[in-house]
Amino acid sequence: MSGSSVLLSVQPSRGLVDEPFRVAVAHLPPAEPVTLHCLHRSEDRHLWEAYGHYRSDQAGSVDGSEDESFGGTYTGKERMGLLWSMRPVPGSMRGLRLRKMHVDTPMVVLISVYRGHLTEGFRERPPMASVVAERWYLAPGVKRIEVAERGVIGTFFIPPGPGPFPGMLDMWGGGGGLVEYRSALLASHGFAAMALKYLDPDKSVDSEVGIGYFETAFQIIQEHPQVMADRVGILGLSFGTAVALTVAAYSKIARPRCCVCISGSHVYPINLPRDRMMLEMARNEGIVQMDEENNVIWRHRILPITKDPNLKVDVGRIECPLLLINGDDDQNWATVESAEDIANMMSVAGNKHLLTTLTYPRAGHLIEPPFTPHIRASNFIVHHTKQKVVLLWGGETKAHADAQEHSWKRILTFLREYLYIQPSRASQAKL
Amino acid sequence: MSARRAPVPWLSVRPCRALADERWTVFSVERAPPAAELTVHALLRSEDGDDWEACGHYVSDAAGAVDVCEDVCVGGTYSGVEPMGLLWSLRPVPGSRPNLRLRKKDIGTPMVVTISLHQGFHTAGFPERRPLASLAVERWYLAPGVRRVELTEGGVTGTLFLPPGPGPFPAVLDMWGGGGGLVEYRAALVASHGFVTLALDYMAPKRSAGVVSLVGNDYFEAAFSVLQSHPQVSRDRIAILGLSFGASMALGLSVYSPAIKPSCLVCFSGSHVQPAGGSLGDIFAEFRKNSKNTRYDEEQQVIWRDLLLPIPSDPSKKVDVGRLCCPLLLIVGEDDQNWPAEESARDMKEMMDRSGNGHLLSVLSYPLTGHLIDPPYSPHCRASNFMTTESREKFVVLWGGQTPAHCGAQEDSWWKTLDFLKKHLCYGPQSDITSCP
Repeated sequence: MSGSSVLLSVQPSRGLVDEPFRVAVAHLPPAEPVTLHCLHRSEDRHLWEAYGHYRSDQAGSVDGSEDESFGGTYTGKERMGLLWSMRPVPGSMRGLRLRKMHVDTPMVVLISVYRGHLTEGFRERPPMASVVAERWYLAPGVKRIEVAERGVIGTFFIPPGPGPFPGMLDMWGGGGGLVEYRSALLASHGFAAMALKYLDPDKSVDSEVGIGYFETAFQIIQEHPQVMADRVGILGLSFGTAVALTVAAYSKIARPRCCVCISGSHVYPINLPRDRMMLEMARNEGIVQMDEENNVIWRHRILPITKDPNLKVDVGRIECPLLLINGDDDQNWATVESAEDIANMMSVAGNKHLLTTLTYPRAGHLIEPPFTPHIRASNFIVHHTKQKVVLLWGGETKAHADAQEHSWKRILTFLREYLYIQPSRASQAKL
Repeated sequence: MSARRAPVPWLSVRPCRALADERWTVFSVERAPPAAELTVHALLRSEDGDDWEACGHYVSDAAGAVDVCEDVCVGGTYSGVEPMGLLWSLRPVPGSRPNLRLRKKDIGTPMVVTISLHQGFHTAGFPERRPLASLAVERWYLAPGVRRVELTEGGVTGTLFLPPGPGPFPAVLDMWGGGGGLVEYRAALVASHGFVTLALDYMAPKRSAGVVSLVGNDYFEAAFSVLQSHPQVSRDRIAILGLSFGASMALGLSVYSPAIKPSCLVCFSGSHVQPAGGSLGDIFAEFRKNSKNTRYDEEQQVIWRDLLLPIPSDPSKKVDVGRLCCPLLLIVGEDDQNWPAEESARDMKEMMDRSGNGHLLSVLSYPLTGHLIDPPYSPHCRASNFMTTESREKFVVLWGGQTPAHCGAQEDSWWKTLDFLKKHLCYGPQSDITSCP
């Protein structure tokens, strides 16, 4: 008759992506070295894994939320380390990035406990036990609506319930395409969020959109019967920041109630004439660097921050609260220097009281929702040349994971404050 | 375009996708009007197309917040500090077909409950009301990674549930009661806690040449054997969990069948009163013989508990539980109107104490609790439509129980059942077993 059965549990077994979980093991022998392992097969069929080395206590238990990992892809007391420290398994192709494109299904992870402290060979031996956890970007009841009107392409996520809800225009960066997961998660927190497609990787640079496209998208959000038209904000990451700042500063049609800008810059505004932009970029081509692994570093291309006001968004014109989120190890864009320049410009203009800047030490460029893997470098197709490179985004994994977790909470608090709690502008004007 | 000045209330429930036995850790209302009377309402549409609802009355604090996990519910379909009250107090909406029972057939999909917040204290008229906020939560009988396999092997019909991982696992043979049909949700939920389970289809009578016959004991022996020989099952760590007829069969088989030697038994709402060494058909015959003992309550609902009373002293008329070799957990509702579970449990204790194996027996006896002791947070069913297995006659059967106590019993007995199964199936070598013939 065999000995006691090891019990492995994960709670909740079905959680939202930004919800912490607790992995626990029971009925091990006391002081037993074990490895907790997490395996995920992505939508593009690559395998990702993370693992931590633990030792059971006198009662034969391991608590992933309380105990320290002695080694593996993460160390220390890290209850979510099994998710954020995932990386492609050995032998995978280079430059992978983990992104969920279909938000109506969950990310599925297989969590296992192995005897001993292992660093490899997880698939060559059976674990002691396994459990499966689902991680969802979409809460039940959130409605997903495909948008294709007035030339605007996007996906609108409406929270469950009668509303009305505040709205969000959500924009990713230069990689283009339509990426929905962050909007889905925002809607799961009560914001009617539209993920906007504005850079088509398949289309040529001549068909790029002007500020009118974003104004129309903003209006479509405002006009939805379940959206509060005077409570629509904008969130942008990377190039999406340039869009957000340009709209906030110059548009008379799209007046965001607040703005969140992640890993971006006010250099260059998107209403800069295209040929002027190409001239500036070409001038800076020589400043592109490579690291020892041939990953491409673009951060110096806008350094030093230009003093020419025509090449920067005039942030002194912004009238809404602005939250900047940056990593100080951003190797893709000089976001920290840009943030300093933004602060100076706003100081001079007298609207600096609207600005909050969060700079995360040793975090990189891709500051994503929490508990998702840190991507230090990944494959990228340069939009105007169609060249394939591996871009260095930067960041150290643990610091970057902390930045993702902390910044997401701050973003939600910021959005709740300005889109839900604060009285409307109309009533403020009366004070 | 809409522009609003008043804050928009926000409802938050976590986990939003939970197992059916999982408690909510967060259930909060924010930004409601302060110090206001509020109603939280739950709505569930069953697979049969009936609507079930529940409601609770709360008063928000000065910040417009309510915490359903901590605050007192002052009215509605439940009261007191009851975070899960909106689930277990669900009942059919006014105008529904009478005598319904809520049971999930397709365990591959969740129950979806719409939870909404309303201004004021209300107990009716919800479809016509516009809520302040609402959301949806899912309740699953199946954890992710648990596989469902339809079984027809060795003449045995049922559904197997296999947890993820290499195994081997301890196993549970799961047997429901009368009314026929294969019901999987309890087996699926037990499997979600790390056991291989087999929900056994055994009630369906066979009809041939005008003769109706029920399965013989060899059918159960074959089912037990299927579990034992499954590559992912630890063959010496198999329990039987039964309710009603399933409990009674489990008792008889464990004592009289040499091929069925479970590591432990969990018996809900059953009895040892049956022809000793008999079959399922013999138990039905006993009931038919005593059918004159049928009683009716003031609503003409059928009370069948007397059909097995009084507990006989003749040993040939009951399972000799003094010969039981494994730990036994009896779960009894003291208001069971369908089977004399309480009297049977008392008699079994006497028999086992006399025999010297009384240390194997644990009894959980719950006041004001009826016959249908389901997994936690299932609505209490006090009476429902029932069709007998053999004759296919329709009745409204009184199961018994008062809702708050019955639902408390469902929750308490479930965790104790899982602890009992884990203790006797998972932890180390088998605990002291008296030598068996």
